Amino acid sequence: MFLYSLTIQPPTAVTQALLGQFSGTKEQQILTASGSRLTLLQPDPRQGKVNTLLSHDIFGIVRAIASFRLAGSHKDYIILATDSGRITIIEYLPKTNKFQRIHLETFGKSGVRRVIPGQYLAADPKGRACLISSLEKNKLVYVLNRNSQAELTISSPLEAHKPGVLVLSLVALDVGYANPVFAALELDYTDADQDPTGQAREEVETQLVYYELDLGLNHVVRKWSDTVDRTSSLLFQVPGGNDGPSGVLVCGEENVTYRHSNQEAFRVPIPRRSGATEDPQRKRVIVSGVMHKLKGSAGAFFFLLQTDDGDLFKVTIDMIEDSDGNPTGEVKRLKIKYFDTIPVATSLCILKSGFLFAASEFGNHHFYQFEKLGDDDEELEFSSDDFPTDPTASYNPVYFHPRPLENLVLVESIDSMNPQVDCKVANLTGEDAPQIYSVCGSGARSTFRMLKHGLEVSEIVASELPGTPSAVWTTKLTKYDQYDAYIVLSFTNGTLVLSIGETVEEVSDSGFLTTAPTLAVQQMGEDGLIQVHPKGIRHIVQGRVNEWPAPQHRSIVAATANENQVVIALSSGEIVYFEMDSDGSLAEYDEKKEMSGTVTSLSVGQVPEGLKRSSFLAVGCDDCTVRILSLEPDSTLEMKSIQALTAAPSALSIMSMEDSFGGSTLYLHIGLHSGVYLRTVLDEVTGELTDTRQKFLGPKPTKLFQVSVQDQPCVLALSSRPWLGYTDPITKGFMMTPLSYTELEYGWNFSSEQCLEGMVGIHANYLRSVFPHSLGVHFASNDDKRESYAFGIFSIEKLGDNMIQKSIPLTYTPKRLIKHPEQPYFYTIESDNNTLPPELRAKLLEQQTNGDATILPPEDFGYPRAKGRWASCISIIDPISEEPRVLQRIDLDNNEAAVSAAIVPFASQEGESFLVVGTGKDMVLNPRQFTEGYIHVYRFHEDGRDLEFIHKTRVEEPPMALIPFQGRLLAGVGKTLRIYDLGLKQLLRKAQADVTPTLIVSLQSQGNRIIVGDLQQGITYVVYKAEGNRLIPFVDDTLNRWTSCTTMVDYDSVAGGDKFGNIYIVRCPERVSQETDEPGSEIHLMHARNYLHGTPNRLSLQVHFYTQDLPTSICKTSLVVGGQDVLLWSGLQGTVGVFIPFVSREDVDFFQNLENHMRAEDPPLAGRDHLIYRGYYTPVKGVIDGDLCERFSLLPNDKKQMIAGELDRSVREIERKISDIRTRSAF
Amino acid sequence: MVTLADKLRTQQELERLQAKYIGTGHPDTTSWEWKTNIHRDTYASIVGHPPLLSYMALAENEPAAKVRARLIRKMLQPMGPPPPREGEEPMLVDRKADS
Repeated sequence: MFLYSLTIQPPTAVTQALLGQFSGTKEQQILTASGSRLTLLQPDPRQGKVNTLLSHDIFGIVRAIASFRLAGSHKDYIILATDSGRITIIEYLPKTNKFQRIHLETFGKSGVRRVIPGQYLAADPKGRACLISSLEKNKLVYVLNRNSQAELTISSPLEAHKPGVLVLSLVALDVGYANPVFAALELDYTDADQDPTGQAREEVETQLVYYELDLGLNHVVRKWSDTVDRTSSLLFQVPGGNDGPSGVLVCGEENVTYRHSNQEAFRVPIPRRSGATEDPQRKRVIVSGVMHKLKGSAGAFFFLLQTDDGDLFKVTIDMIEDSDGNPTGEVKRLKIKYFDTIPVATSLCILKSGFLFAASEFGNHHFYQFEKLGDDDEELEFSSDDFPTDPTASYNPVYFHPRPLENLVLVESIDSMNPQVDCKVANLTGEDAPQIYSVCGSGARSTFRMLKHGLEVSEIVASELPGTPSAVWTTKLTKYDQYDAYIVLSFTNGTLVLSIGETVEEVSDSGFLTTAPTLAVQQMGEDGLIQVHPKGIRHIVQGRVNEWPAPQHRSIVAATANENQVVIALSSGEIVYFEMDSDGSLAEYDEKKEMSGTVTSLSVGQVPEGLKRSSFLAVGCDDCTVRILSLEPDSTLEMKSIQALTAAPSALSIMSMEDSFGGSTLYLHIGLHSGVYLRTVLDEVTGELTDTRQKFLGPKPTKLFQVSVQDQPCVLALSSRPWLGYTDPITKGFMMTPLSYTELEYGWNFSSEQCLEGMVGIHANYLRSVFPHSLGVHFASNDDKRESYAFGIFSIEKLGDNMIQKSIPLTYTPKRLIKHPEQPYFYTIESDNNTLPPELRAKLLEQQTNGDATILPPEDFGYPRAKGRWASCISIIDPISEEPRVLQRIDLDNNEAAVSAAIVPFASQEGESFLVVGTGKDMVLNPRQFTEGYIHVYRFHEDGRDLEFIHKTRVEEPPMALIPFQGRLLAGVGKTLRIYDLGLKQLLRKAQADVTPTLIVSLQSQGNRIIVGDLQQGITYVVYKAEGNRLIPFVDDTLNRWTSCTTMVDYDSVAGGDKFGNIYIVRCPERVSQETDEPGSEIHLMHARNYLHGTPNRLSLQVHFYTQDLPTSICKTSLVVGGQDVLLWSGLQGTVGVFIPFVSREDVDFFQNLENHMRAEDPPLAGRDHLIYRGYYTPVKGVIDGDLCERFSLLPNDKKQMIAGELDRSVREIERKISDIRTRSAF
Repeated sequence: MVTLADKLRTQQELERLQAKYIGTGHPDTTSWEWKTNIHRDTYASIVGHPPLLSYMALAENEPAAKVRARLIRKMLQPMGPPPPREGEEPMLVDRKADS
C-alpha cells in the first residue's frame, strides 16, 4: 500500500512569534513558528491587517527562534533552534521571497532530547553572540561576527555545561557593549539525587544565574548566581546600557521581582481579580509578556505581562534621578497596574506603528491597536515600596477589577483552528463537494467551524434585473479610460446599456443596437466601440455608427475581439477576420476560412504588449476539436494545430498567466460542454498545444472569462459553480478554486472607482429582496415586477487562502463531535476542568449583596475557576440554517463531565436513535481518578432539534468510548468492553469482556468485528460471537501506540493516529481474519494460546508516517466530486491533512524517485534529514511526502531541469503530475 | 585476546559516554536511577514537543507555560528520593504509616 500525504490546511498554532526588520527596510515583520512551518507576516498598519508573505515548511520541529542584528546593519537575521541537532542562521530575501540559509552548525544528536540544546535560545541584543541551551545540563554559546567581506561569521561553540541543572527560562541580558551576559533560571538536582531522606529535595532553591561571555578571552563563565523565589518560572530582559538599569524581571507565583547583580531586589505582587465568582485565595502566575522601548528619553520602556487569566499588566521601573533629573540607571521602584484583558498568548509583539500582535495559545490570533498606554487612567498602581523583597515574608494580596478593553482595540482576528479536537466530513449544504466540520478552541472561546473549499467573495452590489439576460459585458469608452463606463446586458430580444457612475442608469444614446441580442462588446482603437450582434458588427466611433452586415441568409454565431482584432463565425461555418486599420476603421480580410463543423466558440486573446496583434485564433467546433489558426499577415487563417477533445468546446480563452518558472506562459483555456475545464500551453511561436491539464468543474457547460484579481490575469470559469483559476501568490502553482458565490450564468471583468478589480455576473433564482445602496448605486430602470434574474458585482480580496471558515461559538472546550445519522445537526460534548459550573456561579452571585455583580463576558475573561470542579454541557448545533447557531444546551450537574458520546439506534426500540453520553464524576486527570461514571441516554425530539433526558446508568469508570453495535450500545468502560441494551430504567448489560491492558479510548465496528483502541497499547481486534454471546480479542499490535484516533479503512485494515504525531495503518493477517469469521470458530478462538502476553495473533504494519501534529481524528471520505476516497485527518494544532492512495505502481515509482531527488536537491532549511524526520519514532513506511514533492515548483529552474532530466520527463510533465494528484482527490 | 589496556580503554570510553549522555547505563544501574532517568526523559520530551504540551494544557485547562514549568519542576525528583545506600539504611520503619 502506498499513500501520498498532503497538508490541505497547515497548522495555525504559534509556538513562538518574533518581531524584526527581516527585509532590511524600516518595515517590521512578524515571524511565527507553527509546527514545522516558518511564516512571515507583514502587518499593514493602514488597513489594520496582517498579510502572509511567505510560509516555509522546514521539515523539522521548530523549538525556538530568535533574531539578531549586527551592529551598523539594518537587517535582522533569524536563528533557528530545531530538532536537527544543529543551529541554523537564515535570512529573508525580499526580492525572491525566500528564506536562505547562511550557517548550519552541528552540535549534537538530532531529535528532541533532554540534554541536546535547542529548548532555549537567546541572542545578545547587540547581535554579538547567542546561547542555545537544553532543558538540562548543556549550554552552548556561539559568537557572531562579520568578516572583512561584511559576511556574517559564526564561531565554534563555547561550552557552559553544568550537569544536574534544569533550566526553566533563559534570556539575554541587555548590557550595552559590555561583555554579553545571559541569565538563566535554574534548578540543581545533584544534591537531591544523593539524599535518601528527601530533605535535599525540599531545600532545592531556584537560582538566577548569569553566564558571561568574555569576548577577550573567548570563554564563558558562570559569573553570578543568587537564590530567587522558589516558584519563579519566567524571565524578562530589562533594557540596559543607556536605556535602563539592565537586569531581569523574575516572574513567579504572584510576584514579579526585579533582579540584577549590582542592584537591590524590588518586588511587586500580581494583583488578583476581585469579583463575586472569583476565588480570593488564588494566586496568579505570569505566562507571557513583552518589553517595549519607547523612542526618545532613556528609561522610557514598559512591560506588558500576562497572567494565566489573560489579564495584561503594565509593569514599569522608576529610576533614581541625578541632580539634572536624568535617570542614573539605579532602580528606585517597580510598579504594576492592570492594563487590559486579552486571550492568553504564547507570544506578544508590539509594533512600532502602535499595534500589538498576540499569538493566542488557543483560538484565533489577535491584532490590536493601541489607543493609549494606560498612562493616566484611574487604575490602581501598586509599587514595590509597599511590599517586602523577601519571597517568604508575608504581605497583603492586592486586587483589581477586570473590565472590557480600554487601551487596546481589536482590529483583526486571524482565524486559527488550534486546538482542533474533532472533525467530521459531511455534505449538508447540497453542494458538489462535502464540507469539513470541526470543533476547536478552548474554554469560552471554543467554536464549531465549517470549512469549505473556496475563495471568499465580497459582494459589492447585487440588483435584480428585468427579463432574462443571457450575457453581460463592461467596457471602457476610450483606450485611455481607467474605469469601465458601460455595462451591456444582452437579452434574447434586445440589449440594455447601463452607465456606471454615481448611479447606474440606462443609456439611450450609446449608439448600440438595442433591438437585437449582443454577442460581443469591445473597446477598439483610440475611442471606438464594437458591438457584435447576430446580424452584423456595429462600429461606433465618436457617435458615428458603421455597420458591417452579415452575408444574407447567414447570421453570426460566435465572436471574439480585442483592441485591434475582431473575429466572427457565421452560421455556415465560415470565419471572418477584421483588423483595425491605422485610420481607425475596421478592415475585413479578403478570404473567409471555412470550418468543417459549426463553430461553437472563438478566442483571439489579448494583444501582447508592444505588438499590433495577437498572432493566434482558437476556434472550437462541434466536432469536438479545437483548432489554432494563425493571424500573422503572411499566413492569415492558416491552421497551426488541432486538438481533439472529449466533448464539444463551449468556451475558449487565450491568455497568458504567471507560471512557476518566474515568467509568464501563453495558455489556451478550454471549457467543454461536459463541464470539464482544460488548460493547455500554447506555444508562442509554433502554435502547438502541449501539456493539457484538466479538471471537472460541474455538470453544466463551462464558460470562461478573463478577469483580473490582485493585478494578475485570472480565468473565471462558470459551470454549476463559479470557479477562479489563478496562480498562487506564494507557491506560483496554478490553482482552480470555487468561489463562494451563487451559480453564475455569465461574468465579466469590472472596474470602477469604488471597486478597482471586480467582476460582474448574472445569476438566476435571485431570492434576496434587498440590495445594498451603500455605494450609491441605484437603478433607474423602474421595473417593479419581481423577475428571477439579477446581476451582482463582486470582488475577491485574498487569493492565498482557499478555505472559507464559518464559526459558531460554543460554551466549553469541545471533546467530541457527532452528527445525526439523518438530520443535518451536530452534537458536541464540552467540558472544562477546574471551572466553576453554572449552578455554583449563580449561587455565588446570589450571595453577593454589595452590588459587585457585573458579569464579564466569558469569551474575553474566561470562566471563574474552582479547583476540582467541572463545567460540562451537551450542545445541539444547526450549521446550515440562515443563522448557524447552537439550538439547545444541556448543562450537566453533579460535577459530572462528558467524556464520550454516540448516537445509537436501539433494535429493541424499533431502531429509534438515542443520544448516549458517557460522563465521569469528580475526575482528576493526573494521576487518573474519579468517583464513578455514568451513561446518560437522551431521546431526540423534533427531528433532533431537541433532547429529552431519559435515564442514566451508573458504571464503575467513566466510559471513554461509545459506539452503536448491531442495534445495541457498545461501551469501553476502563479495560472492559461491554454491550448494553436500552431498558426502561437504565441500560442493561448484555455481554462483556476485558480486552485491553490499559484503557479503551476508541471503538470502531463492522459486522461482528470490533476495533478497540487502547490508550497505551495500540489496537486490538475483537470478534463478537452472537451464538455464545462472547467478545473475544484475537489480534493485537506489536508496538505500544498511544492511540488518539482510529478508523477502519477496510474490513481488515485500521488507520490510526497516536499522541506523538504518527499516523499508521495496520492490517490483520488474511488467514486470521477468515478464521475468526467462520461459524463455530468460537471454541477454537477461546482456547487459542496467547502469544507473548497478548492475543494469539499480531497485526502487520502497512503504513507509518510522522506528521508532527497530534492527530485528533481520522476518517475515510471523498473530498471532491467524483474523487476517490482519501484518509482525512485533523491535527490538534489546526492541521487538516489527507492521505491519497496511489492507484498505479508506475505513479509510486515516479513519486518515490521525485521524493528522493527533492530530498537531495531541496534539503530542509534547518538541516533536519527529511527521511529521518518523517520516520521520527518508527521508520516511514508506504507514504510519500506530498508537501516535499510540491516544493518542486519552488526550485530554481536549473534544478528543475536537472531533476526532470534524471527522471526522464519534462519539467511541465512533473509539475502536471504533482498538481494532478492533488486536484484529483483534494483541494 | 583482551588485554588489560583494552579493558581500561573500554572502561574509559564508557565513562566518557556516561558523562556526555546522561542516563547511559552501567552494570550497577539501580531501578531507582533507571526510573528517574526515564521519567526525566519523558517530561523533557513533553516539554520539547509543542503539540504534546498543548494537548496536556488543553486537557488540564491551564496555560501551556504553567504546565511546562510544572513538568520541569517534576523532573527534579520524579521517583521520590533515592533508596538509601548499602550500610546506610535507617532502622526499619513502617513506610505505610508514614505516608
